[in-house]
Amino acid sequence: MSAVALEHVTLQLGGRAVLSDVSFEIQAGEFIGVLGPNGAGKTTLMRAILGLLAPGAGRIKVFGQPPECGNPAIGYLPQLRTVLPDLRIRGRDVIAGSLNGERWGLALSSRRDRLMVEETLEAVGAHELANRPLAEMSGGERQRLLLAQALIGSPRLLLLDEPLISLDARRQEIAIDVVRRVCRERKITVLFSAHELNQLLGTLDRVLYLGNGHAVLGSVEEVVTAPILSKLFGTEIQVLRADGHIFVMSRGLDVERTDHLHDHGHEHGHHHHH
Amino acid sequence: MSMATTIITDMFAYDFMINAFTAAGIAAVVSGIVGYFLVMRGQTFAGHALSHIGFAGATGAGLIGLAPLWGLIAFTLAAGVIMGALSERISNRDVAIGVVLALALGFGLLFLHYHTSFATQATALLFGNVLAVDHAMIATLALLGAITLAGLAFIMRPLVFSSLQPELAEAKGVPLRAVSVAFLAIVALAVSVCAQIVGVLLVFTLMVGPPAAAQRVTTGLWSGLFVSAGLAIGEAWLGLTMAFYTDWPVSFCIACLSALAYFVCIALPKQTRPAQVAPAS
Repeated sequence: MSAVALEHVTLQLGGRAVLSDVSFEIQAGEFIGVLGPNGAGKTTLMRAILGLLAPGAGRIKVFGQPPECGNPAIGYLPQLRTVLPDLRIRGRDVIAGSLNGERWGLALSSRRDRLMVEETLEAVGAHELANRPLAEMSGGERQRLLLAQALIGSPRLLLLDEPLISLDARRQEIAIDVVRRVCRERKITVLFSAHELNQLLGTLDRVLYLGNGHAVLGSVEEVVTAPILSKLFGTEIQVLRADGHIFVMSRGLDVERTDHLHDHGHEHGHHHHH
Repeated sequence: MSMATTIITDMFAYDFMINAFTAAGIAAVVSGIVGYFLVMRGQTFAGHALSHIGFAGATGAGLIGLAPLWGLIAFTLAAGVIMGALSERISNRDVAIGVVLALALGFGLLFLHYHTSFATQATALLFGNVLAVDHAMIATLALLGAITLAGLAFIMRPLVFSSLQPELAEAKGVPLRAVSVAFLAIVALAVSVCAQIVGVLLVFTLMVGPPAAAQRVTTGLWSGLFVSAGLAIGEAWLGLTMAFYTDWPVSFCIACLSALAYFVCIALPKQTRPAQVAPAS
């Protein structure tokens, strides 16, 4: 069974079609790198899979079922992670608060819940870390903790929205390693959105490139080519391969790196208040 | 008899002191617990605004011959629900809240202007008058307090989730807006209870001081709640004792103790386990 399948899907955001007539199928257990310029619809796609955004046309299937808000089979790490600076609640309690957080009643966690939290913290090496308040963690530490949270409840599909943002190169590698290890072990399907392809090259099975309303899913060799990316970026793109790295260039500029510099405010401008 | 027991028997020889301790205890527990979530959500200013809006309600009620408490509750509840419903746009916008807050105080003044005999009660509304609390008021406060805490217990789980991680909570199907509305309605009731003790201008002393101090000494959710409620009770009762022996206004004493506790807790070393030495990531 496919983990995620889109059939002629159109996704609209504020009257603008972010993706139009997109079809692809992701197999269970695949590690998919989701790439594309800002505003290409990476977050929008994830929100649609989560059931937060109904497609304007077409059908989405998640493990054969239509998307459903609060689907326990999906673990999610949102791109915008609000952390109030004055909030001094320890990481462990923040995570425990997300467990069954959609139910009413007192926020008590059962022994089983607590064991589940501890086990997942252990799996990503965030056991000690979780005693500290989120506001006092570095970007990498916080990411690790929130990744643990996304893994709680044994999801079969993990949606990681730009988990590498604000991490330095070494910590990006560590984060990718943790995701790869845990997800291979547990046979979890992963959609991992990122700005840079190179760090994911050794990890991903296939790449889903979004841009210009289109989406192309395939191996890196098939998708990361000048003709396909030129179509997706809507501008002439060169793809250079050197020393095991791939450089996506537009008029001599490295697209991924320059993109990184003005990362904020396109796709989700309305969210930016911290 | 030891000095401590003398102090206590002296105070409790008076009915009004027993009433004051009971009422202040109820208000402190409710304020300390509800305030903890107010601080957690970064909505303290919204809570402050609710109390000011309540002032207009209380004076307005006096004008039409109703008990001020019901006007206070009606106005704070209405304002809380509206703020919650407009949540994204209004409740975290200091400027909009500030304007509404000032307007509400202005209306409060207008209502007072047309109801001059009521003016003596204005001080009580603004700064509280816990020593005048009677049995009927205690019963009302206990009922309101019970409703407030029951409501909070009902929404606690989604409230914690949506306060700490709104993006994820939304994805998991938590109705953010409904939770926000329900919470501000609960805050409105808590403000009404608290204002009976320390007055609308000083609700921060019990609703923000203790939880803010509690967050400095513990990082646990439940321990934070207990410390916050405990501090609020301690400050309220110690404030009453202080007032009894000095003849200073009760609300002043509570305000002093609240500020003192907060600054002491800030000065304490942060209650955080040492960062692990091994892999820094």
